Amino acid sequence: MPILAKWYDFRDLGNAIGALQDQILDWGAPDWVPYVVSGIIGVVGILLWLLVSQIIFIWIERRVIGLMHNRIGPNRVGPMGLLQGVADAIKLLLKEAITPRATDTILFWAAPIAIFIPAMVVFAVIPFGEGMVLSDLDVGVLFFVAIGSINTIAVFAAGWSSNNKFALIGAMRQIAMLISYELVQVFAILGVVIMVGSMRMVDFVEWQSGNDVWMFAIQPLALVAFIIAGLVEVNRSPADISEAESELIAGFHTEYSGIKFGFFYAAEYFATFALCGVIVTLFMGGWTLWGLEEWVPGFLIFLTKLYAVFFIFIWARGTLPRLRIDQLMAFSWKFLLELMFVNILVVGLETLIWREGGYDAATVLPIFAAINWVLAIGLAIFWARMLGHGTASSAGKRATLTQELGAIYYEGAGTPGA
Amino acid sequence: MTLKSEPYVINVGPQHPSTHGVFRLRLTMDGEKIIDAEMIIGYLHRSMEKLAEERTYTQNIPFTDRTDYLAAMTGNLAYVMAVEKMMEIDVPERADWLRTIMAELQRFASHCMAVGTFANDCGTWQTPVMHMIRDREKILDLFEMACGARLTTNYMRIGGVSRDIPPEFLPALAVLLKDLPKRVKEYEDLLLNNEIIIARSRGIAKLTPEEAIAYSLSGPMLRGSGVAWDLRKADPYAAYDKVEFDIAVGTNGDAYDRFAVRMAEMLQSLRILEQCADMITEGPIHARMSTSTVQPVGDPVAPLVIRPPEGEAYARIESPRGELGFYIVSDGGIAPYRFHIRAPSFINLTPLKKMTVGATIADAVVVLGSVDIVVGEVDR
Repeated sequence: MPILAKWYDFRDLGNAIGALQDQILDWGAPDWVPYVVSGIIGVVGILLWLLVSQIIFIWIERRVIGLMHNRIGPNRVGPMGLLQGVADAIKLLLKEAITPRATDTILFWAAPIAIFIPAMVVFAVIPFGEGMVLSDLDVGVLFFVAIGSINTIAVFAAGWSSNNKFALIGAMRQIAMLISYELVQVFAILGVVIMVGSMRMVDFVEWQSGNDVWMFAIQPLALVAFIIAGLVEVNRSPADISEAESELIAGFHTEYSGIKFGFFYAAEYFATFALCGVIVTLFMGGWTLWGLEEWVPGFLIFLTKLYAVFFIFIWARGTLPRLRIDQLMAFSWKFLLELMFVNILVVGLETLIWREGGYDAATVLPIFAAINWVLAIGLAIFWARMLGHGTASSAGKRATLTQELGAIYYEGAGTPGA
Repeated sequence: MTLKSEPYVINVGPQHPSTHGVFRLRLTMDGEKIIDAEMIIGYLHRSMEKLAEERTYTQNIPFTDRTDYLAAMTGNLAYVMAVEKMMEIDVPERADWLRTIMAELQRFASHCMAVGTFANDCGTWQTPVMHMIRDREKILDLFEMACGARLTTNYMRIGGVSRDIPPEFLPALAVLLKDLPKRVKEYEDLLLNNEIIIARSRGIAKLTPEEAIAYSLSGPMLRGSGVAWDLRKADPYAAYDKVEFDIAVGTNGDAYDRFAVRMAEMLQSLRILEQCADMITEGPIHARMSTSTVQPVGDPVAPLVIRPPEGEAYARIESPRGELGFYIVSDGGIAPYRFHIRAPSFINLTPLKKMTVGATIADAVVVLGSVDIVVGEVDR
């Protein structure tokens, strides 16, 4: 049986699925049967991975944040608290999902589902390994962007239907933020798309492994902008402005409890995993690691990178304060968007030179990388200076120390609300 | 085209993550902008001032733990100073040193919470406050060593302190004093120069020195507005006239400056503590009282019931939150005839409307954090 021989090739689970498809065709089934069967296997596999990852990462996030907080973190449920995620999930399932009286009941129930579905659907286009992409769309990255913005509708539905002012403010903030950062995200992706010349997710990985370089070495600016835009999109600190615990209690899901809250919680994790997956695919070489993918299963390499990126998000959450909504918007419109324009222009020119000149990738890419790094750092510093950051007046300042009782040291500098 | 919109009312508190207790702020909003703010207090009112009229002078000391529950030592100190002033008791030198040590430790601990929760209000996800609680815990351990309690210390007594520090106290303090400056440096690196904290708090809730004085603010609120005023220097009590320290002042009068002043005061507290640890003298820790005021005859060193002469007294100290004053009227009985607390948290709240109107809800939270209220003291 050829299928059995291929099952053992764990480097790539796609092999096994392919073998299964061949086997089903051998049995004389119509064409659509292997397509559906492999699709269902993929969906179930991805969902299982998501749930397991989420439950483990609830524990990891809480432990890591605990370490950053100088405390232990959950350590009671199971060995080292490993079952904390399971306990959380059971708790959320068993708790009463309260529906406040004055809510718009249908929307109130629809919102958690509406946020959950797109968060899962995105994984259809993410290539976990060679041949391990559920739906190898020609416009995969566009699909990610499109689906990623659907959750705004759900957030707004949640905020509106809750009949709670905190929830409504949170929802309005989410929409305002998303409009600002969707542009940045798309432009960041555009730079990569121009260079690769394709929108298929698999092509990004193959381009990077073919040229032996990770995209973030060539386009650092795009990566940084993409991560920041992604943080806003998935609503994680320091851009968790629509939840904003210290201001809005829990933002758009203030009124949600039980499993309905659980859906929001899970969807946030799923969206973050998807974002990490896209970052790894676009900027960090996907499932490849300079030949190591010949020896280690590609999906393990992919997941390792994904979790490493996720760790950055946890780190940011444990470290950074939250911006105010207008500051976050200004950061997008006044800073990131301009840098992205420049990035697209430069990358476009480079790609043009490369294609028209017919140069060898090994010679031009290091030059491009050097130019882009210098440009990224220089532009970021220059533009921040232009906006009045990084100057003496914007720097932190210790309090003045004095012995002179009753003296007044007020200078009145600085503009209100700056 | 302009869309029709109308203002709406939003209740921040009494149950809200950022109201530091059960403070309620009723905001009238136009979108994200605050057009009116109303403070509603009283959710933690325990009628302390009235209750104190029914209890003896010594029994009132635990009440002062529970007004400003983040700074029990300074609450104790201000109260016993008022009674001592009325009875004209001279406190022994060692007791003065112990009081100074405890008050400064308490100031550091209280500022830890103030700065930590301020950072929380700026949106850090608990990290600075957790680190600062670690340092506060070490100070509370010292309190536990000295008086057995950590939060509601009940340490000061009329005429001195309740008990002497154990021999291991000063070595433990020395260890702490070696450790804490490094920690404060760490917080300065993390918070004081943090771009986002600066963006969130600079220029927010500005008060000019004239306004600050007109609102009779005190403590870091007043010093943040650039007025170099500190009762430890202006009206020295305990052993503050024997130690050297600087007054920290801000120059802009905004939320950031109040926060910076607190950070600087933490270092000054450590400076005072170092001097206290060197200069502390041996001797009695409690004054002997004349038996005429001690009823019934009782122990002249640690009397349970005292009868101050008829009269009134006001004693004030620089608590971590500002000028904490106790005004006590005696009719010659065993309990005060009138007992009034000038609570700095309460008075520092008065300009809140001025500071929040025109700002956004996100700013309002930062402003409230920069005032550093303790609702137990606001409501009493």
